[in-house]
Amino acid sequence: MHEMSICESIVNVIEEQAAAQGFGRVRRVRLEIGPLAGVETEALRFSFDVVTRGSLAEGAALEIIETPVTGWCMPCGQPVAVRERFDACPECGSYQVQITGGEELRIKDLEVD
Amino acid sequence: MCNVCGCASGEVTVEGHSHDHAHDHHHHHHPNGQTHDYGQGPARAHAPGLSQARMVEIEQDILAKNDRYAAANRAALAGSGTLALNLVSSPGSGKTTLLTATLSRLNGRLPLAVIEGDQQTANDAERIRATGVPAIQVNTGKGCHLDAHMVGHALEHLDVRNGVLFIENVGNLVCPAGFDLGEAHKVVILSVTEGEDKPLKYPDMFHASDLMVLTKTDLLPHLDFDVAACIANARRINPRLKVLKVSAKTGEGLQGWLDWIEAARTMHAVGGEV
Repeated sequence: MHEMSICESIVNVIEEQAAAQGFGRVRRVRLEIGPLAGVETEALRFSFDVVTRGSLAEGAALEIIETPVTGWCMPCGQPVAVRERFDACPECGSYQVQITGGEELRIKDLEVD
Repeated sequence: MCNVCGCASGEVTVEGHSHDHAHDHHHHHHPNGQTHDYGQGPARAHAPGLSQARMVEIEQDILAKNDRYAAANRAALAGSGTLALNLVSSPGSGKTTLLTATLSRLNGRLPLAVIEGDQQTANDAERIRATGVPAIQVNTGKGCHLDAHMVGHALEHLDVRNGVLFIENVGNLVCPAGFDLGEAHKVVILSVTEGEDKPLKYPDMFHASDLMVLTKTDLLPHLDFDVAACIANARRINPRLKVLKVSAKTGEGLQGWLDWIEAARTMHAVGGEV
């Protein structure tokens, strides 16, 4: 969804940080994105190259760290391993599983000059 | 320009809102990043005068800016005792029809207002105004969703003290899920002509919502739609999801929806959850 606007938000954050922390050029951007964040990483890479053109992140490498999906099974009362929102609990088969991780959409850090 | 939604400048229009005035946008800056300068160049040989790469820790949600606007909206809505409902669905689910049926029953009983989000045209706002309820149309231009910044501007023009604000989002089951507008609840509207596996195909929206309203139930005798399977699919995504079945055409189930709104108002007023 809206990978282009997400990239514009990234450039916006970078420009704010550049002013606050005094750097002029970004060599690498590291993002943390969960599989449930609703972001298509290939579309994001494509948009990133387009959106960063002419900004201080032009030509920067984009590194995407995929965070794991984690869930909490309410009947079992314990964390369980799931992959999708609609996965059943691998222990008891219940669908009463709340997603506790995998929705991250964060800028982790930047390598700058 | 709103950097959250990414629409080009001038494409987003909020009816009655000019961008010429001095803004008070709550543009707080949070320079919360920390600089980690490792003191050595990549080759571990720091030559004076040469540029040196350093790491800057950001640890910031990419949509943090939208979330800040949403928090400001939520605080303003709480301050005025306004219950805001964000209605989300695919195009053609019957959102506007449900809304006009709802407004015509509630109008005169409590303050009401509507923010209408569409890419183009003020058609829906005109349908709403025909019920006598004030409506502001937000055209998102090329944008696929409303964001908290647009809603904040629309709020400047609406007074719904101790009433209900309905935000009819752009018809889209994907993008609006990711954008908090400051609402009390997202309400996902699904028509029975759409197929009972839609919650599985578009899980994010059903996960983000507190209530699912199944619309056009008067058509059920003519369809193969399996209501129980649809609800089961939706609860696989979101075990907490509440479900109502409504036909805005015949009025069947509408009272339940009105009762839910009243319950949500009560709980919002005491800071609880429905």
